[in-house]
Amino acid sequence: MSEVQLWTLFFVVLTFGAYIYIAYASRVNTTSGFYVAGGGIPAPANGAAIAADWMSAASFISLAGIVAFTGNGYAGSVYLMGWTGGYVLLALLLAPYLRKFGKYTIPDFVGDRYSESARLVAVVAAIVVSFVYVAGQMSGVGLVFQRFLGVDTAVGVIIGMVVVFFYAVLGGMKGITWTQVAQYSVLIVAYLIPAFAIAQQLTGFPIPQITFGQVLQELNGLQTDLGFAEYSAAFTQTNMLNMILITAALMFGTAGLPHVIIRFYTAKSVRAARASALWALFFIALLYTTAPAIGVFTKFNFIDQIAGTQIGQTPGWFDNWANVGLITVDDANGNGAIDYAPMASGLNELTINNDIIVLATPEIAGLPTPIVGLVAAGGLAAALSTASGLLLVISSSVANDVYFKRINPAADEARQLLVGRIAMGAAIVVAGYLGINPPGFVAQVVALAFGLACASFFPVLVLGIFWKRCTAAGATAGLAAGLGSTMAYMLWTIDIYGNSDGIFGIAETGFGTIGMLINFAVTIVVSQFTTPPNARMQALIEDIRYPGKSTLVAAHAEGHLDDEALDEGTGRDQRP
Amino acid sequence: MDEQQRTTYWRRNLRLMAWLLAVWAIVSFGAGIIFVEPLNEIVIGGFPLGFWFAQQGSIYVFVVLIAIYVWRMDKLDAEYGITEYEEEVHHS
Repeated sequence: MSEVQLWTLFFVVLTFGAYIYIAYASRVNTTSGFYVAGGGIPAPANGAAIAADWMSAASFISLAGIVAFTGNGYAGSVYLMGWTGGYVLLALLLAPYLRKFGKYTIPDFVGDRYSESARLVAVVAAIVVSFVYVAGQMSGVGLVFQRFLGVDTAVGVIIGMVVVFFYAVLGGMKGITWTQVAQYSVLIVAYLIPAFAIAQQLTGFPIPQITFGQVLQELNGLQTDLGFAEYSAAFTQTNMLNMILITAALMFGTAGLPHVIIRFYTAKSVRAARASALWALFFIALLYTTAPAIGVFTKFNFIDQIAGTQIGQTPGWFDNWANVGLITVDDANGNGAIDYAPMASGLNELTINNDIIVLATPEIAGLPTPIVGLVAAGGLAAALSTASGLLLVISSSVANDVYFKRINPAADEARQLLVGRIAMGAAIVVAGYLGINPPGFVAQVVALAFGLACASFFPVLVLGIFWKRCTAAGATAGLAAGLGSTMAYMLWTIDIYGNSDGIFGIAETGFGTIGMLINFAVTIVVSQFTTPPNARMQALIEDIRYPGKSTLVAAHAEGHLDDEALDEGTGRDQRP
Repeated sequence: MDEQQRTTYWRRNLRLMAWLLAVWAIVSFGAGIIFVEPLNEIVIGGFPLGFWFAQQGSIYVFVVLIAIYVWRMDKLDAEYGITEYEEEVHHS
């Protein structure tokens, strides 16, 4: 066993042991604990849990690579702005109000606010989006195990499944939340240490956010010499319209993803829900402002060390990744050197998988071996934390919204909890299967999931809170129109299905924004022509605007809203 | 809170939201995308300014926006005498 493998094993065993210990310490025996951690998580911890939940294997492993290597550099800004800007929407438009409503799941809110058929649509959407996501997390776990410990991908996925099974089934949301706090700590330390080290090495100052500008100028020069557009040049791959639409789809999609939204139910109070959003974005920003710096540093090192190098004289890290097939070289012109050039020129001989950039950064920078092991543990933490959050959404949608609300409303607490645990176990098995045998279209569908979330959930939730007159018929029609138009456009334009240029060259990943506008328009128009919600429902919706304690929301949840004393004139609760 | 207070509380909340969302749109869609090319003419610390907004500045501003929201809403709540917050999870 090599030194890298030894250190990786050390960190993996250490962190997995910690997760299992935390899970055991926070096991639960109530549905409230299982679904929303009893609604009692303090804001900073909830923020860290949201950050870990949100930052997936894709953020940790792939983000820097996507930004630096997929386009020239600037084009990747859509992910940086989109996946952080959504939190402003969440904090201002959704978090405090949903927390006041205080339910278990998103379909719970949709079902209570609108209708039972809207609840079912929400359940299906939540489950589909979550499964699409979770497959990517599990294959991320497999990738790390394969590269750093030399075990088979399938074995890696199964180890990950067993650990998640242990803490998710035992501890539900409470176990998941506290484990995520630990996982956030691991992943952010693992991400920042190599970034500080590489910034110090290249620029003599250890804060990457400040110093990557210096390297940027040199990188711009290197890219121009090789025939690429400058790293910082705007609109070389994506035009302005698509930059705007894709960024917006990612922002509004972020604010419509069930596994993020339910985290505001776990906050201690309405006030803590607002503060959670701040902590969450702060913790996310630590990684998201570092990622573009790592992208620049690593791309600079990569071009500097590899482009034009003779085959056979490449550094050891290059050969390691080439051996597992994540870097490929094809000396097409037979000159014995590795030529790196834009794809379109036809002269390129080097293909780099985006997923290796962060994992390879410590080796490329020649950092000490323990750091390589730590980064591997960080990648696993990112993948497992997101997977567990998604699995909870699946489990609660099945056990709460389908089993308890539709099939067996008489089920007692213990029975509901058992069904929740079984659903969780089944979801883990399916997720593991998808991780080992990923369907070819997963990568594409993940990017599209944001568009779908943006065109479906976001308008329904925002109008449900801010517009008392929004009707069930309006919301259902809007949901169908937004989701339908977005899916139709995607099927029409994606390479593997329709391969059309679409309308005005709008990218399929950006169409969610248009779908959202359609959803808003249809909901508003149909609501005008249908009977408004009754006075009590309108009073209830008004009540969630104020963060103090109130009896109306509790009465509604217990099913006797109709008995509440309402003032005839204002339709409002008259009790103190 | 009486009827009058409820109305003013909600109106002030909406006004705060409108300001914050306007800034949110200006830094991301404005500085980071629509005006990126003219801003890129200005280079600070090696960063073309538009590029900096798209990959760094907008994210910092987002954090500050939520911080302002949390701070102002806490103040607003105190002004309207809201000291006990809803802490229950309601479920039938």
